[in-house]
Amino acid sequence: MIGYLLRRLAAMAATLVIVCALTFAVFYLLPSDPAAQFCGKDCSTERIELVRQQLGLADPLIVQFWHYLKGIFAGQTLGTGQYAVQCGFPCFGYSFQSAQPVWDLMMDRLPTSISLALGAAVLWLVLGVGAGVVSALRRGTWLDRTLMVGTIGIAALPVYFTAMILLYLVVTVAGLLPYPRYIAFTENPGQWIANLILPWITLALLNAAIYARMTRNSVIETMAEPYVRTARAKGLPERRVVGKHGLRPALTPVATMLGMDLGGLLAGALITESLFSLPGIGKLFADSLNKSDQPVIMGVTLLASFFIVSSNLVVDLVYAWIDPRARLS
Amino acid sequence: MLAALLAPVLTAISGTRPDTVDKKAVDPYLGGLPRGSLGGISSQHWLGVEPLLGRDIFARLLYGAQISLLVAFSAALLITLIGTVLGITAGYFGGRVDALISRLMDVMMSFPSLIFMIALLSVARDVNRVLLLIGVMSLFSWPYIARVVRGQTLSLKHREYVEAARAGGTGSARILFGEILPNLTGTIIVYVTLAVPGLIGTEAALSFLGVGIRPPTPSWGQMISDAVLYYKVDPMFFILPSACLFLVVLAFTLVGDALRDALDPKGSRA
Repeated sequence: MIGYLLRRLAAMAATLVIVCALTFAVFYLLPSDPAAQFCGKDCSTERIELVRQQLGLADPLIVQFWHYLKGIFAGQTLGTGQYAVQCGFPCFGYSFQSAQPVWDLMMDRLPTSISLALGAAVLWLVLGVGAGVVSALRRGTWLDRTLMVGTIGIAALPVYFTAMILLYLVVTVAGLLPYPRYIAFTENPGQWIANLILPWITLALLNAAIYARMTRNSVIETMAEPYVRTARAKGLPERRVVGKHGLRPALTPVATMLGMDLGGLLAGALITESLFSLPGIGKLFADSLNKSDQPVIMGVTLLASFFIVSSNLVVDLVYAWIDPRARLS
Repeated sequence: MLAALLAPVLTAISGTRPDTVDKKAVDPYLGGLPRGSLGGISSQHWLGVEPLLGRDIFARLLYGAQISLLVAFSAALLITLIGTVLGITAGYFGGRVDALISRLMDVMMSFPSLIFMIALLSVARDVNRVLLLIGVMSLFSWPYIARVVRGQTLSLKHREYVEAARAGGTGSARILFGEILPNLTGTIIVYVTLAVPGLIGTEAALSFLGVGIRPPTPSWGQMISDAVLYYKVDPMFFILPSACLFLVVLAFTLVGDALRDALDPKGSRA
């Protein structure tokens, strides 16, 4: 198990470095000039040239990349003299436009994204898995058919549509809820829910349908296994057969998918966050895109791939822990 | 789809162009909102006009459909090509080739694809947006199809007829494309059909975020993004492109689902 863990960690580190290098290479081609941004508005050409030297922008790409990587672990000081900017560990670059290290900007936004992702996940798990299990156990009935046709329809709904219709009906017309904004859970749990419920529903509807179909297939497959028949033959009550022998193995793939989706969602709920103007990581990314704030765009890209790679790792480790066969491959 | 292909004909009938500005149809005293009910639906503008510019929504929807479907289909074609070739190669040859291709797939799949696509698209400024979109979307989508093809190839390569062909001295290329590929077509068709709605959605999302198709070329994502600002005062402008997106995605999902049931007996109707 330890060996497996080390191997996986090494692979994860390698993947992250590759992602980092590619991201870096892409942004190196970006026309925006960090030196000009650093220097400010009225800045002579010589001054920009000097700043460029000080920031190391004149160095070859590979040297710059090395400084960036080193900065993540050791922090770095950008520029020299009175214009120096301290960017401590972990330094993901410095946003000259908002005069803040990228890491701080991202950490400000992270609680919103976590709240959004977790709340939505709870909702879609309840809805999706619930519908899937019911559908599988009542296979072939009108209920099953209604649920499955319904899920295809719901899955095809564009997020924009769900979000704006919810906003229009619930907030504008009915006035039931405030226009969503982020309130920390620790500050006021009731308001936290009231403000995030619409974004949760929006994200949950999108995913619930997929989970429902997956759960249904998985449960149907498991219920046809010989050991389920054995359990029935032993005379166990149907509740126990389904609950203990049927659902537990059937829900493993669902858990895998959940892990990966959560990883992707932490920095990937771009559109939902933009539509509801929630100050999450996705919104930060969309805003930086409009301002061409290159260090932030790069930082978020890296953070997002970190989330995805590490959630994959967690899922695999949990698998390996449950099922020793998985450690070999 | 038919409507998209016939866009020029249909707009000729309705007498509107996607980029014609009709200032008469909007009311300058109401902040440029369309005149008339339901977003300015009239005999001249079948589905109303946009606020401010007064461009015809029906025409823009049709031309938008052209672009959106063109991008989605071309990307689907490209990922099928790349995914199939790489997947089948990895599965058949195994060993080092397989390790290399599989590793590449792993790396591609651990990219935050939407974010990276946006980053790439925002970097490249003065290139053909349509081609770039197709390329970028394909770049991040091929591993999913390649993985399936690889798995299928692994199970097919030890079948008797493949062994027989190999024993008979048939070349690798012939075995791959003559013996194995025909057995994969069903799976591939299903996957591509199910990938198309995803690609249409991605194109809409990218254009929505302002990095996809650039104005004045219309696209659905872009129309939605414009319309979001007006959702309170002119809901029709918002509902129409969303509804189009919904119907197209739904249609492809249903077709893909039906194809899977028909071609793959082990599918959801187990």
